Amino acid sequence: MVELSHDSRPIIGRGPPLGATFVALALASVALMVADKRYDQLEQVREWLSAAAYPVQVAVDLPFRAWDWLTSSFADRSRLREENLELTARLRLANLQLQRFAALEDENRRLRDMRANSAGVADRVLVASIMNVDLDPFRHRVLVDKGARDGVFKGQAVLDAEGIFGQVAQVHAETAEVILITDAEHAIPVQSNRSGLRTIAVGTGDAGRLSLPFVTGESDLKTGDLLISTGIGGVFPRGYPVAEVTRVDRTAAATFAVVDARPTSQLDRNREVLLVWFTAASAPAEAAADTPAPDGTAPEQPQ
Amino acid sequence: MRPTNLTRRLLYWLSVAAGLVLAVVPLPEWLGPLRPDLALLAVIYWILTSPRIAGLGYAWVAGLFLDVLRGMTLGQHALAFVLVAFLTHRAQLRMRMFPILHQAGAVMLLLAVYQFVIFWTDGLTGHGYTGWNRWLPVLSGALLWPLIVAAGDTLTRRVR
Repeated sequence: MVELSHDSRPIIGRGPPLGATFVALALASVALMVADKRYDQLEQVREWLSAAAYPVQVAVDLPFRAWDWLTSSFADRSRLREENLELTARLRLANLQLQRFAALEDENRRLRDMRANSAGVADRVLVASIMNVDLDPFRHRVLVDKGARDGVFKGQAVLDAEGIFGQVAQVHAETAEVILITDAEHAIPVQSNRSGLRTIAVGTGDAGRLSLPFVTGESDLKTGDLLISTGIGGVFPRGYPVAEVTRVDRTAAATFAVVDARPTSQLDRNREVLLVWFTAASAPAEAAADTPAPDGTAPEQPQ
Repeated sequence: MRPTNLTRRLLYWLSVAAGLVLAVVPLPEWLGPLRPDLALLAVIYWILTSPRIAGLGYAWVAGLFLDVLRGMTLGQHALAFVLVAFLTHRAQLRMRMFPILHQAGAVMLLLAVYQFVIFWTDGLTGHGYTGWNRWLPVLSGALLWPLIVAAGDTLTRRVR
């Protein structure tokens, strides 16, 4: 058998051998990965490259947006009327509740002022809409249409009408990548609204489930408990709903109970989210004051 | 000779760009994990048909751009693309002779290598998803290969 040359490029002007090119490019990729992951050196480069990617993302998003616009502008009158009525009713109810909350909030603020701890409430919000761009089916990340130009920053809390949605993982000029609380890399400090128990809720990679791995067998937590954010770590504002406990399994042999929770926010159905600015609570003092180690220590990290 | 090469080059970049766009187009939830790696299939196809033009640099840039689009660690897809392109270059003379189904089998192997590199680097950078359905694109890509070849051949015939 005749052994043919493996290098199938033209003989004249073919440049370095194929193997050498391969090694060089592979090394370049590895160097890029190390620089990006270990040393965070590539923020600037990524920004330029994502500026190049932006038109593609817009092009992908545009048809969907146009379709939304079309369907909404040609929606028939009766449906709009119905929707309007429903919204009005809901607004009336919400206003009623707000009046009560306003009084409660004042009272709460007074009490907190006495404890010299009045921060942690959302100051300013910005509505962002999620772009129709699939990043990766196995990671829970979405792209929103607000970026550095609108003052979005890395680690910013993202909420929706029903609760905590996620946090900003990467900021580009016009867009930002948001990591959802259900992503397997995400963890958020929470507190049971009923018993005040503090723990950490970790994403599972499953859209409807959070896991609470650090709940001891005898701790006071049961199905149906609402978990709210604690504000420890300074990423999320405190007091917003995160999830509802759906399962608590205690076995006498295990130290920790198996606890699952369902996120309250509409992670898979939302189109609009809120980016939140708030002044962080004085977290360390609080963390030290309350519970023992496993709870308050691991701060949420986007990666 | 020159202008043909130029239009061909343009065609390569355009087809990979199309593959990249399709890589982020939203699909229904159940179809998401099945999404074939069209950009990589395009790269393999062009390397097989005209290895003198489509080189490793071409594959690398395409992979890097996919990293940026998906917001992954930079270099991850680039590495996998370059490895697959290199293997394709090595096997190119043999693979061109294969009947189409046989060729689809070879492509399946290449796609498996690609997914493995992604899986492995995912694990290294700290977020491994180990579910079985992350290997589905290998299957869907191989099934799609005859179609890719048909489409590509029609395109090149027209351009030529």
